[in-house]
Amino acid sequence: MSELIILLPVFIPLIGAVVLLSGSRSLAFQKVGAVVFSGLTFLGAAYLLVLVDCAGHVVLQLGDWSAPYGISMVADRFSAVMVAISSLMTLLVALYAISEIDAARLRRFFFPVYLILIFGVNGAFLSGDLFNLYVWFEVMLIASFVLLSMGGERSELEGGLKYVCLNLFSSMLFLAGVGIIYGKTGTLNMADVAQSLAGSPDVSWAVSGSMLLFVGFSLKAGMFPFFFWLPASYHTPPPAVSAIFAALLTKVGVYALYRTYTLLFQPIFPEFQSILLVLAVLTMVIGVLGAASHFDITKILSFHIISQIGYIVLGLAIMTPLALAAGIFYLLHNIIAKTCLFLVGGLIIRLQGTGDLARIGGLSKSKPWLALLFFFPAFSLAGIPPLSGFWAKLGVVKAGLDVGSWVAVTAALLVGVMTLYSMTKIWAEAFWKAQPEGQPAAAKENMGSLAYMVIPIAVMAALTVAIGLFGEPLFEFSQRAADQLMNPQEYISAVLLDGGEDLP
Amino acid sequence: MEALIAVLVGVLFGAGTYCLMRRSIVKLVIGVMLISQAANLLVFTSGGLLGGRPALVPADGTVPPAPFGDPLPQAMVLTAIVIGFGLVAFLLALVARAHEQVGSDDMNAFNKTDT
Repeated sequence: MSELIILLPVFIPLIGAVVLLSGSRSLAFQKVGAVVFSGLTFLGAAYLLVLVDCAGHVVLQLGDWSAPYGISMVADRFSAVMVAISSLMTLLVALYAISEIDAARLRRFFFPVYLILIFGVNGAFLSGDLFNLYVWFEVMLIASFVLLSMGGERSELEGGLKYVCLNLFSSMLFLAGVGIIYGKTGTLNMADVAQSLAGSPDVSWAVSGSMLLFVGFSLKAGMFPFFFWLPASYHTPPPAVSAIFAALLTKVGVYALYRTYTLLFQPIFPEFQSILLVLAVLTMVIGVLGAASHFDITKILSFHIISQIGYIVLGLAIMTPLALAAGIFYLLHNIIAKTCLFLVGGLIIRLQGTGDLARIGGLSKSKPWLALLFFFPAFSLAGIPPLSGFWAKLGVVKAGLDVGSWVAVTAALLVGVMTLYSMTKIWAEAFWKAQPEGQPAAAKENMGSLAYMVIPIAVMAALTVAIGLFGEPLFEFSQRAADQLMNPQEYISAVLLDGGEDLP
Repeated sequence: MEALIAVLVGVLFGAGTYCLMRRSIVKLVIGVMLISQAANLLVFTSGGLLGGRPALVPADGTVPPAPFGDPLPQAMVLTAIVIGFGLVAFLLALVARAHEQVGSDDMNAFNKTDT
C-alpha cells in the first residue's frame, strides 16, 4: 500500500488544522502545533519525492475505483518536487510567522487557515482529475481569502476585495472550460482526456476549452495581461502572508499551465506556442518595469513575482526538453529566492516600521548580518553567478538560443539587468544610504527575539547559495522531470493501466 | 433545448461581466453570482439534456437502457453550487466590511492600494 504515501502531504496539514481548531486557543499551543504539523508535512513530502524519483509515478485511485471512473491522485517527478518545495516553504514561513504574526491574528486561528492553505496547494499539485483540481483550487483560494483579509484594516480589505473578485472570476472560467472538455470527451481524468484528445482526428473543438483553462490559470499565475490584481493586493497583508502567497499561489497557476499544456493540449499546442511566447516576454518586461517604478520594498517584490513568472512560462512556451527542465529549475529557485526576499522585507519593516525606501536607511551599518541575508536572494533573483538564479536564467536563455527565438532571449537578458537595477535600488536605499533625518533609528531588538525570523531566512539564503554551487543534481532531477512532461504517454499508462497496483 | 440553454449561458456570462465592470461594489457581487451561475449551467448542459431518462439500472439488468441522462455533471454542478455559495457568502461579508471601512460603494474610492 505504499501508494498511500501520496496522501501524507495532503492530510497531515488537514489533521493539523483540525487539531489546532479544536484544541486550546493558547498562543504557545497554536505556534508549536503549526510548526510541528508543517514539519511533518515536509517529512511526508520529502519521503514522497524520494519514492517518486525511484518509481517514476505513484498513482493512488481513491476509493479503489479503477482509473477513468474514480478520482486519481498522481505524483510524477514534477508534482512531487513541487509538493516538497512548497511544504519546505510552509515550514520555514511558519517559523517566521511565530514571531511576526500578532496575537490577535493568532487567536483568530491564523495557523489553522494557514495549514488549510497548504492542504489545498498540495492537493492541487497531486490531483489527476480536472474537476478535483478545481475543488483543490477553491480550498486554496478560500484559505488565502481569509489570510489576506484577516486584519480588517482598510488596505487589506481593499486589496482583498480585488483579489477575491478576480480569483473567483478565474475559477469560473476554469470551471466552464472543464465543463466543455467533459461535454466533448465524457471524462475528467486528465490521463483519459489526454488519450481521447491524442486519438481524435480533429481537435479544433478543444481550442475553446483549452483557452478557458489558459485564461483561468494565467489569471492565477499573474501573467500579462491578467496580472493587475497581484500588485494591488500582495503588499497589504503581513509579510509572512505575502511571502507564502508569493511562494505558493502563483506557482500553482504555473504548475497547472505546465500540467495541462504538456499533458492534455499537446496536439493543439504548436498553434498556441507563439501566443504563449509573446505573453511570456510581455509578462517579464511589464513586471520588471512596474517594479522599477515603485519605491516600497513589498511593492517592488510583488512586481518581481510577475516578471519571474514570465521566465518560467517562457520555458513552457519554448517546449524543448532543455526548456522545460530550465523552467522547472527556475520555478524551484524562484520559490526559494522570492520567499526569502519577502521575509527579509518583512524583517526590514519590523526593524524600521516601514517598507518605504525613502524613509529607511543605514541598515548596513546597524545590521550588517541583515545586509548579508538580503544580498544572497536578491542577487540570485537578478541572476548573478554563482547563485542559483544564474543557472536558472542560463538554462532558459540556452533553450531560447537553441530554437533561435532572439527576441525572447534578448528580453530575458535585459529583464535580468532591470532586476539587478531594482535590487541595487533596495540595496542602495535601505542599506547604504545613511539613516534619513528625523526618522527613528532601527529598533533595538536583540537577536534572541528575532531568532525565529532570522533562522528561516538564513536557511533559504544558504539553499540558494547551495543550489548555485552544487546545483547539478537538482538540474539533473529537473531534466528527469522534464522528460516525463515531454512523454505524456508514460503518465497516461501509469494512471490508466498500472493504476491501483502496489509498487514493487 | 441545448441551443436555448447555450444562449442563456451566454446572456448570463455577458450580464455578469457587465456587472463586474460597473463601479458599484454591490453590482460586483451580483456579477460574480451571475457568472458563477453561468458556469454551473454550462457544466450542467455539457452532459447533454435528456428529459425523463434517469440513469437507473432496471432490476433485471446491469446497465441503464440507453440513452440515459449523464448523472456526473449533476454531481459536479452540485459541488460547484455549494462552493459558489460559500464563496459568495464570504464575498458579501468582505464587501460589507470594506464598505464600512471605506464609506463608499464606489469602486473608484477603493484606491488606497493602487499607486
